[in-house]
Amino acid sequence: MPSAAGGRGIFEDGVDDAQMSKYLVKRLLLAIPTLLGAAILVFGLLRAVPGDVCEMRLAGTGMYVDEDQLALCREKLGLNDSYPVQFWDFISGYATWDLGESMWTGQPVTHEIGLRFQLSLEIAVVATVFAVIIALPLGIISAVKQNTWLDYVVRMFAVAGIAMPSFWLGILIILGLLISTSHFLGTPWMPPIEYTSPFDDFGENFAQIIFPALATGYRYSAVATRMTRSALLEVLREDYVRTARAKGLYESTVINHHALKNALLPVVTIIALEFAFLMGGLVVTEQVFNLNGLGKLFVESVLNNDYIMTQNLVMLVVLIFVITNLAVDLFYAWLDPRIRYS
Amino acid sequence: MSTPEIAIDSVELDDYVRPPLLVRTWLMARHHPLGAAGAAVVLTMIVSAVFAPWLSPFDPEASNYEFMLVAPNAQFWMGTDNFGRDIFTRIIFGARTALFVGFTCAIIGSFIGLVLGVGSAYFGGIIDLLFQRVMDVFMAFPLIIMALAIVATLGTGTDKVIIAITIPFIPQCARVVRSSALSLREIPYVDAARACGFSHLRIILRHMTPNVMAPFLIMLTTFVGQAILLEASLSYLGLGVQEPIPAWGLMLQGGAEEYAERAPWVPIFPGLAITLAVFGFNLFGDSLRDVLDPKLRDR
Repeated sequence: MPSAAGGRGIFEDGVDDAQMSKYLVKRLLLAIPTLLGAAILVFGLLRAVPGDVCEMRLAGTGMYVDEDQLALCREKLGLNDSYPVQFWDFISGYATWDLGESMWTGQPVTHEIGLRFQLSLEIAVVATVFAVIIALPLGIISAVKQNTWLDYVVRMFAVAGIAMPSFWLGILIILGLLISTSHFLGTPWMPPIEYTSPFDDFGENFAQIIFPALATGYRYSAVATRMTRSALLEVLREDYVRTARAKGLYESTVINHHALKNALLPVVTIIALEFAFLMGGLVVTEQVFNLNGLGKLFVESVLNNDYIMTQNLVMLVVLIFVITNLAVDLFYAWLDPRIRYS
Repeated sequence: MSTPEIAIDSVELDDYVRPPLLVRTWLMARHHPLGAAGAAVVLTMIVSAVFAPWLSPFDPEASNYEFMLVAPNAQFWMGTDNFGRDIFTRIIFGARTALFVGFTCAIIGSFIGLVLGVGSAYFGGIIDLLFQRVMDVFMAFPLIIMALAIVATLGTGTDKVIIAITIPFIPQCARVVRSSALSLREIPYVDAARACGFSHLRIILRHMTPNVMAPFLIMLTTFVGQAILLEASLSYLGLGVQEPIPAWGLMLQGGAEEYAERAPWVPIFPGLAITLAVFGFNLFGDSLRDVLDPKLRDR
């Protein structure tokens, strides 16, 4: 700690600030090799795919594939450039915010992503809210009532959530909706497929978002429940909790004010990291609910050999991951003064 | 410690008779009921995978257009799919695919991760730093996205799926193993081994690796469950195991809406199989962690 190392005692606040910004700069610099490595990795992987987007496009028309047309298409999309040139185009695009056009649709990447970003983000946010609302109380109850039947039920719920594939849960939800609505309402009802902004029609939007969010959020909440439980159990064994109890505080005060604050650190981490990885979960959930989000766009781009689209989507995911990681670490450092910025 | 005490200890040890395996298993199961339940599920899976041709009443790949989408009955316990294939049979044979992919990915992935992780911790310095950065890059990809990109590169099929699932496991295992191996490096016996002039490989494999077995085994069991789940997801997306090989994820393909009215049993049973399998491996892994890592006991 700065105060101990520098012996500055009460002036440690100023030192903390300086160290914090140094830490921030260091972390930001460390993110660059990660992003660059990810760029090289995805660039290399895609170039190793046999065939390219031009073959896919021309073969898709079902006609005889003309070599000249193929060459023209490749020339237009820059596929004939050497790999270093292509890579430079890809990387330098980020400096000027010119991310290029989708090789499949010809639309700018920012436009294609923008169309779907809101839907995927909304599902991710609702899933997170759902997960937190469920995970915190369940995890706390499970830890406080450790080894009672209540604890076993919660643990079963959590292990089942991790085991159940989210796409199967999605299928079951659709199945349940179709069967129950056709039974009670007479006509089968499915969540809408077209995206409606919540500002235009909240009900329509909610009906679309809630079910995929539930399917994605169950696993998420299970992970967070387990983390809450084990973190709280660990903290409850600390000496200071015994002290708090010995002082004669109410058990609720001990849990809410003393234990929970420290137990929440790892929970926040896992919630944030899972959020960064929701994109992966969305790939399958969007397929089940037939939603036109980022996950579906990703699968399509990969299958179409749409290099530029795939590269940008992967970079987006990695960027979200890096930023979330950084935010978690900063939050940690801010919340817990014992953590060194090293 | 004084000499008499040692004598008493050794007498007690001589008198101690290890209970027979069956008794020990029973005691273990009593202490870890959830783990025993998990082990039971895992054993059932292994048995059905090994003896699939004898346990299942039908041919898993033969279509029978006389019996398309038949509801569960005495003849077809879980009904039939749109090719008239018995779902119960395909689930039993699907255990083969799931276990094969699960174990292969978990074992290869965690072994490579083990060697890399211990090696990185052992050498330290610039090698460790570079290695960490490379692992960072791999860890920044969500598992399924990494696997998708690899499948896109290599194509579909069981062998490619195994590669696609194994690669993301390597950095996960390497990171966990590395963190336990880091503390080992400071323990004098590693220095002693180095002073004896043993080769790096020998020190890594003979002296350090056995001491990170606990986290390694825990990773291994969780990987089996994860691999089964990932394989099912990839197969569901049409990027994994291909027809007509029976695989649980593949059996869920085709869309829930299509079957909701006519044949809800088609998507229900394979999903149940996946959930139960992963459930079993997770429970087993949790108990293994309790046994191997006393610090985490009672959590």
